[in-house]
Amino acid sequence: MNNIKYILGSFGDPDEMMHGIDKLQENNIKIHDVYTPMPIHGIEAKLGVKRSRLDIAAFFFGITGTCTMLTFVYLAAAYDWPINIGGKPHFALPDFIPITFELTILFCAFGLVGSYYASTHLFPGRAPRVMDLRATDDRFIIAIDAKENTDHNKIDDLLKEAGALEVKHNERKYISYE
Amino acid sequence: MGTHNYNLTEQFEFTGKAKTLSIIAIVIGIAAIGYGFSAEALHERTFANLLLMAYYFACVCMSGAFFLAVQFVAQAGWSASILRVPQAMAKVLPIAVVILIVVMGAGLYTHNLYHHWHADGLTDPNSANYDKLIAGKSAFLNVPFFMGRQVVFLAIYSFFAVYLSKLSNNEDLQGGLNSYTKSFKYSCIFLVIYGFTTPIFAFDTVMSLEAHWFSTMFGWYNFAAMWVSSLATMAIIIILLRKAGYMSWVNNSHLHNLGQFIFGFSIFWTYVWFCQFLLIYYANMPEETVYFYKRFEHYEFWFYLNLVLNFLAPVLLLMDRDNKRHENILLTVSIVVLCGHWVDYYQMIMPGTVEEHHAFGFIEVGIALGFVGLFTFTVLSALSKKALIAKNHPFLQESLHHQL
Repeated sequence: MNNIKYILGSFGDPDEMMHGIDKLQENNIKIHDVYTPMPIHGIEAKLGVKRSRLDIAAFFFGITGTCTMLTFVYLAAAYDWPINIGGKPHFALPDFIPITFELTILFCAFGLVGSYYASTHLFPGRAPRVMDLRATDDRFIIAIDAKENTDHNKIDDLLKEAGALEVKHNERKYISYE
Repeated sequence: MGTHNYNLTEQFEFTGKAKTLSIIAIVIGIAAIGYGFSAEALHERTFANLLLMAYYFACVCMSGAFFLAVQFVAQAGWSASILRVPQAMAKVLPIAVVILIVVMGAGLYTHNLYHHWHADGLTDPNSANYDKLIAGKSAFLNVPFFMGRQVVFLAIYSFFAVYLSKLSNNEDLQGGLNSYTKSFKYSCIFLVIYGFTTPIFAFDTVMSLEAHWFSTMFGWYNFAAMWVSSLATMAIIIILLRKAGYMSWVNNSHLHNLGQFIFGFSIFWTYVWFCQFLLIYYANMPEETVYFYKRFEHYEFWFYLNLVLNFLAPVLLLMDRDNKRHENILLTVSIVVLCGHWVDYYQMIMPGTVEEHHAFGFIEVGIALGFVGLFTFTVLSALSKKALIAKNHPFLQESLHHQL
């Protein structure tokens, strides 16, 4: 029939967009994703987005930092080159808690920045992939996979009925900033 | 989300089991005090316990006022619907202040408390008791100035605590933004005064029990302890009210915020505790290490128990997001933290008063229960006087729709 890949409903108002989501869901049309210029309360629950696992990642990055520093300090201060400092044991744990704490946070912070880049496909020097440029400015975009949902006219009608200012049929998934 | 049909004039009724139990606890407390004063040998221990609980009581109430002030200054919306609980705690502060001042005055008068700096001949060069260190500190640590500071500080805290709750009551009656802007202004003034004077208050009340030793971290260490114990108290009151069918507007997100506060400030407490410990441990100077020497020698169990209850328990139990939102887990952790700060104060106060003759028996448990009963009775009575929600608070809708 055609090679339209995605249908984008472009809304000027978040409430109308939420209404559009309701309409599509009532008609069992699967929504690929929604792009908004600002966070919207309750939208994750409505779309059934799973909770972020970033906190679990943070824990493991952090614990890696803790283990790294304790290992390093043990090797340096107690195993390889033990020096008597103030008569304390070579591996005097209280002395090393601040630096262990710092490295935990450092690993955690760098790890989370890395995870963020990896999960959003953003890297320095790489053009970000977006489905609609105005989703970063003043429009609220609902994206629907046009291959899975074949009744395009109905989708168009539903979106317009809900208050979409514009409905686009895109043949490419992403446009770039290039 | 959705519609809200909350009863904004809902009022707490202080009757039944809560009232009976708190009165029984007060009676146990009075019995414990009576037992403590029945024998000469127990006087010092009784005074130490009275100081501990009177200090704890006053600290929890004044941190309730601090919570109110912080919420106003930060213009926080989430807490608008639970402010009546810290307000009730703040209203009780004058009672706590009177008890604390009476305990300290009686302790000074009978030489059961603060005898490290308050005894005959300590500042007299010709006396056999002469103590050069204490004589050098006597410009600050003398009875009139000491009691004067206590009275002035605690009177100021009480004034702001009562006035902030009064403004909220005016808001209920008159509406409008008048009370809110006034609360904001008074909160700003209160926070500045509170921030500068609580360390001195802690130095006086607790640190001067061992007047030869000092630590500049001590004030913040005590501040962290009183703040986190006050937050835990608030969480307990709110959860128990919810279980009793009140405050239906408090949802998991409010609990989540309280849980974050308790989690965060438990870690802050550990941070300050550790700052004090590490510097003394690392520098290893005899005049400083004597503090931990005493605690390691005779209070080793309490010393480690303190860290387990106040650091490990909240960190491990409240780290997970779902646990912070879980009523019963938050309630358990709050109770653990409250007991933990009793242990914290115990090992701050006892080595400076009863030295190595510390004990844990009827006097300790009874006096603690008595003050818990007194706190419950006074705070719940104060709470039952007004509606459980400040219905004209400008951020009320934000709080009712609070969602994290």
